[in-house]
This record gives sequence, C-alpha cells and structure tokens, in this order.
Amino acid sequence: MWIDPSRPAERALVTHGHADHARSGHKAVWATPETLAIMALRYGTDTGTPMPYGDGFEANGVKISFHPAGHVLGSAQILLEHAGERVLVTGDYKRGFDPTCAPFEAVACDILITEATFGLPVFTHPPIEDEIAKLLAARDAHVDGCILIGAYALGKAQRVIAELRRAGYDAPIYIHGAMQKMCDLYAAHDVPLGDLILATGLAKAEMKGAIVIAPPSAMHDRWAQRLPDPITAMASGWMRVRQRARQRNVELPLVISDHADWTELTETLLELRPTETWITHGRTDALGRWCELHQLKARALDLVGREDEDES
Amino acid sequence: MQAFAALIDGLIYTRSRDQKVRLIADYFRTTPDPDRGWALAALAGTLSIATVKSAAIRAMAEERFDPMLFRMSRDYVGDTAETVALMWPDVSADAVAPTVSEVIDLLNSTSRLRAPDLLAELMDRLDANGRYALLKLATGGMRVGISARLAKTAFGQAFALSVDDVEEVWHALRPPYAELFAWGEGKSERPDPADSAFFRPFMLAHPLEDGTVHLDAFAAEWKWDGIRIQIASTGGETRLFSRGGDEVTAAFPEIASAFNSIGVVDGELLVRGDVQGGEAASFNALQQRLGRKNVTAAMQAEYPVFVRLYDILFDGTQDVRSQPWSARRERLEYFAATLDTVRFDLSAIIEARDFDHLAEMRAAARAAAIEGVMLKRRDSPYLAGRKVGHWYKWKREPLVADCVMMYAQRGSGKRSSYYSDYTFGCWTPDGALLPVGKAYSGFSDAELKWLDRFVRNNTVARFGPVREVEKSLVLEVAFDAVHESKRHKSGIAMRFPRISRLRRDKPADEADTIAALRAMIG
Repeated sequence: MWIDPSRPAERALVTHGHADHARSGHKAVWATPETLAIMALRYGTDTGTPMPYGDGFEANGVKISFHPAGHVLGSAQILLEHAGERVLVTGDYKRGFDPTCAPFEAVACDILITEATFGLPVFTHPPIEDEIAKLLAARDAHVDGCILIGAYALGKAQRVIAELRRAGYDAPIYIHGAMQKMCDLYAAHDVPLGDLILATGLAKAEMKGAIVIAPPSAMHDRWAQRLPDPITAMASGWMRVRQRARQRNVELPLVISDHADWTELTETLLELRPTETWITHGRTDALGRWCELHQLKARALDLVGREDEDES
Repeated sequence: MQAFAALIDGLIYTRSRDQKVRLIADYFRTTPDPDRGWALAALAGTLSIATVKSAAIRAMAEERFDPMLFRMSRDYVGDTAETVALMWPDVSADAVAPTVSEVIDLLNSTSRLRAPDLLAELMDRLDANGRYALLKLATGGMRVGISARLAKTAFGQAFALSVDDVEEVWHALRPPYAELFAWGEGKSERPDPADSAFFRPFMLAHPLEDGTVHLDAFAAEWKWDGIRIQIASTGGETRLFSRGGDEVTAAFPEIASAFNSIGVVDGELLVRGDVQGGEAASFNALQQRLGRKNVTAAMQAEYPVFVRLYDILFDGTQDVRSQPWSARRERLEYFAATLDTVRFDLSAIIEARDFDHLAEMRAAARAAAIEGVMLKRRDSPYLAGRKVGHWYKWKREPLVADCVMMYAQRGSGKRSSYYSDYTFGCWTPDGALLPVGKAYSGFSDAELKWLDRFVRNNTVARFGPVREVEKSLVLEVAFDAVHESKRHKSGIAMRFPRISRLRRDKPADEADTIAALRAMIG
C-alpha cells in the first residue's frame, strides 16, 4: 500500500487531487469523497473507496484514517496507527483560513512526515484579505483594461474567486476554459463561486474592467492575446520574492499560497512535538536545520516525481 | 515610509516608463515635505547616508539569524537587503512606522558603529515592504530602473513644469528640495539657479530617409559613433551630461578637469584609437567606460577619452542658441582653440562639391567610429529636441547578414504573450551554429504574429523562459557595425542589430558564416 504513489500502484492512499499526488492508473484508491470526485473529473476514473474526514479502515493490522489538511477541497492528512505508534503524513497543508475547504486539524503523532514547500524563513504569507484588497485596488485603477490572474486550476483559482466574493466583489469573473469543470465541481460541493463566465471567444470590449483567471501556463500564452490590455497578476506564495515575480513578468504579485508558510511549518512542529520528523519535498535542508536548532529529531525524505503546482 | 515603500514596489513591477512617471508624480503630489524631497533624492541618486554600508546590514543579520538559515535564504532570494527584510520578525500591531525623514535624520545623526542597532530599531517598526524600502534607502541604489532625468520628469509632470525648467534650477538645490516643491506648488518664486552648471536639452536630428538637401543651405559633418555629451561649465563647476540629461561627470573625470573655459558645448565622447593621437576607436572600446559610476586610473589610461565638439550653446555666459549654425560654428572654432588638444578636438566639416559627391564620400567612409553623415542647416538656431527641417542624420547603409534563429524569449509589457526577442547565429567551418546577436525589432505586427507561431510550433527545448527552436528559419539581420567581442563565443558582436526581413524562402544551411561576418569588421 502506497501514499500518493507517483507510479500506478495496486493500492493507493491519496492525500489530495493535485497531479503530483493523485495519479491515474491505480488499481484501488482510498481518498476523501471530494478527492475521488476530482480524480474522476481529471482521469475519468470512478473507482475508489471514499474516506470522509475522521473515517478509517484497517489493513494488515494498521489503522488508516483521513483528517483535514486545509490545502484544497478534499485534501487530507493520513494517519497510520500500529501497535500504539502513530505516523502522520501531512501531504500538502496550510493553517490559514480558506473558505473553499475544511480547516487543518492538528493530529497528535509520534512520527510526522511533513511537507516543506515554503520551508525557508523568508516565506511568510500575508493575510489574504490584504492581497485581495491589493487586487481590487489595481482593478479599480485599471478599468479600461483587465486584470489577468495566473492561478492553479485546482484550489488556488477557486480560493481567489471565493475570497473576492467574500470581499464583496459580485461582478462576473471571467475564467479560462481549463478551469470551468473544476469550478463547477467546487460549486457542487457547496463552495459558491458566484457568476463565472468563460473568457474564450468573447470580444475584448466585453472584458474591460474585468478580473480574468487562467492557469499560469496560459498567462503568457497566445490565449492571453485576446484580453484587453491586461495587467498580469500571479497568485502564488513564490511572489513573496521580488526577483521571482519579475522573472515571470508579473506586474501584480499576489502572495497567496495553499501551502504552510515558514511560521506555520515551524509552529505546527512545536505544537505536535513529534518524537521524529521526516521532511519531504521543498526545502528539506532549511527546515531540517531549524529542527536541529530546536532539538527536534528530523531527517530529509527524498521523494521522486514531485513538482510544485504553482510552477506548472 | 509606507507610501514610499508602496512607490518602490510599484516601480519594481511596472515596466512602462509612462506608468512609472505617473506613479512618482502621484507620490510627489500626495506626500508632504520633507518626505517627498528625500524620496526625490533617493530616486535621482543624490541621497547618500554615510553611516550605513551594506556591511552593516550583513552584521545586523548575522547577529539575529542562524548563519546557515540566512545563507540558504540569501542564496534563494539573491539580494541581501531583501532577504533580511523578509526574514525579519513581523511587526507588532501597535508599532508606529517611521516617516522617511525620520529615518534619514536618525541615520544621518548616528555613527557608523551605532547604525546597525538604529537600523534594527527602525526595522521593528515596519512591515516587510517597508523594511525592504528602508534598507534600500539606507544603502542607496534603489534599483527601480529610474534615471535622475526620469525622476525630474516625474517632478515636472506632478506640478505642470517642463523637465528643462527643473534642470535649470536643479544643481543649485540640495535634498530634501523644499524650495523646489514650494516652487512646484506655486507657493514661492522660482529658485535662483545661481552659479550652477546645468543641462540644456540637446538638438536632435531626423533621419534623411530618401531625401536630398542642397549643400549651399546645409553643412555636412561626420556622425561619430560614441556617446553624445554636453559639457556645461560656470568656471566654478563643470558637469557632463548624457543625451538623456543624466549627469556622467564622475565617469569621465579627465574631461571635466581638462575643460578650462566657461560655456556649454555639445559633442561626441570617443575613445582614442590604438595609436596615441590617432583616430577614434570603435564604440566597442567606449563601452568599457560606460555604466561606471567611478573610474580607476587604470581605466583612464587604457581607454583614453576625448570629446569631438559639434556645437556651442553658451559662449562664456552668453546664450548663443538663437544664432544661426554658421555663426555658432565660427564661435566654436575660436572656443575650441583654447582647449586642451588631448581631450578636445573639432568635428570637421566635410568638404564635398555637391550632394552626389557627399554620397560617394559617405559610401567610401569605412572608419569604425563613423556612423554616417550629419546634415545641418546653416541658418538653424540650436533648438531643443527634434524639429523638422533643421538637422538630418544620414546613416551609413546598414550591413546585413543572413542568420538562423536559435532561441526566442517573450517580450515584456504588451508583448509579454509574444515570443518577440530572438537570438540568432551563423555557421562555423565545422557546421555548427554560434550565436552572433539578439534582436527584438524591425518586424511588423503581422510578422510578429507569424514569428510567435513559428517559435511555438518549432520549440525543441526550454530553458526557463527561453525556448530553443528548430534551426530552420533564416532571418536577414541589419546592423550598423560588427566588432570583436570576448563576451561572445563567436568572438564577434553586432551593433544595433534588427530583423530586416524574414527569409522563409532560404534554407538554413545557406545562411552566412561567422567568417563572412568577421570580414565585415570595420
């Protein structure tokens, strides 16, 4: 039995629907109902045992249960219990507020296997309200053009839309075709996203003053040539670093991430105080160094086939 | 400080010049004195805080952060000030952010020893963007792509003044420029420019295109391929200005100190050729001296510079700009005769029988430092900017070569969704392509669309933002000159390359060779 296997496996436990965690071709899958729905949408699979948060099952004497990770809709941490020892795999997680998914749950454990995507002390994600306010101010100052936001099609896009709605923005939001089905799926899971219009095939004039959301790969693609004088924004935790934003030709960086920032990563370690921590993808070196400074036993766990969704 | 930090961030992410000017102008209009004056000084490069050096920032970081975590972070971010600003613990909610002037006053009144602690206290009162702006302000070098001239332009735009009005008083004033802002807001008289040397706008030329002129009415000079420079001296001080109006005195101190007359002259800054007293060297040699804030004695000796004079704007304190070119030329000849011949000479008038004869001479001119011919109407006053009918530039026919597109990169701003920057190469004897240049202009919008599609459909590899393409498309590249370059693997570099034609008809293996390009070195 594997967790988030990168190759087709007999039996797979899947933490969440992002492509580097949920792959197609597994014989048997255990995941939350939302994650199974996302996999069904992406891969056309309809197999899998739904595991709502808190539910579990036993295999070979190991009790396996799923707990909210706060990363994207349906994202889970997986807890393995055997002979009184508890191993927790966080998958990707965050502690910050997110109206589109269940909040992270702190689960006591002996061994913690944590992500470290933003595992450098320079990464602090500011309150999302500040970033949305920045976005709306830019939009108000640029009504003759539009704001094009690069955001990953699963999770980030819906979160940005939901936060815009929470901030009182009720105009239609224009989306790239690659996001439509995922937005429909979120809406069907009681995440209201308001009025969404497909940006494809519209006249430039119709999108003046609009907010348009597309996957990062489409942002500088020919697709974007149809938009009226866009300001390119990007919603990503990497936008915290100026050079990173400039390298990607971003004019309006929005520091919005679905991963734990440095503070969340370290505070979670202090809160859970596992006897041992294994650090997976991201800055294993820096978070490992921090553990050493805080006398927490830790080691790096190198995984293959990992990529960051913001960088796709 | 928050408004200043927002301005700095705005300037970092904005690529359009006009938009940058607007951001600065808005800031000047809405920010009180003396903060805006210090900001103007920071942007124009006239602010210097002696107590803070970048070592102070490293010292501050090493005291507070684990050295390993700091190094890892610094390696990732690539900028010490930004790393420290981002790693610094977050500001408490009740902290009161300092103003720009408070920061400057505190740092100016401390010692170098005390500065890191003081800086740290200020850091504690600011959010991440504020901390970044603070560190950049304290160490100088904002790195926001703003020249002094552009900062003055923005000031002019904020208060409906022309940038040349601002220039006239600029050098008589000091940060935080309270008098300047008071004048801008109409609250006081124009400041007295006193005895200061300042920039006057250059007179510029139109391309001659296919026209002709009569040599009775127009004088001809060589167009030298250096950098256009203005020397202004009051006797008390001498300043050098680039074509954009930015002061470059510190980069060419030997010129400023050799200029021992009072007046304002216009000329071309050039590097002497191989033999002392010889002809001007190519632009490539001059490039070694450009972009340096200060220059070593070794550089001065290796690349000796001189100014070839074109025109005179002020003879002593007399403004002669309204006089006809012919009268100014006479004055210039007198004026130049008193100058040090090592550092100054006169741009000679080309003696041609008629226009056809001039055309022959232009075609025959092969000196590396000659870019073409200038035609100046004999009765023209010295006019600011580019006015029709007075001065023409008649560049040498460009050289052309057929090159093969190798890599492409997206442009910025409006072109950010188009692959519009192309690197192209020529063939080596053993059948390999080596890059010889990069161009991003010369094609029409329709051709850009076609090129963009070509790049996307023929990509063979990607390196970050760069796409390597199938080596199949021949681009005819026009360029003004080609010269030796140690920086390029091909050993040559082009001056002003642009795409002149898409040679979709031509097979790539019939494109030019490196050897053929090398033969064009002037």
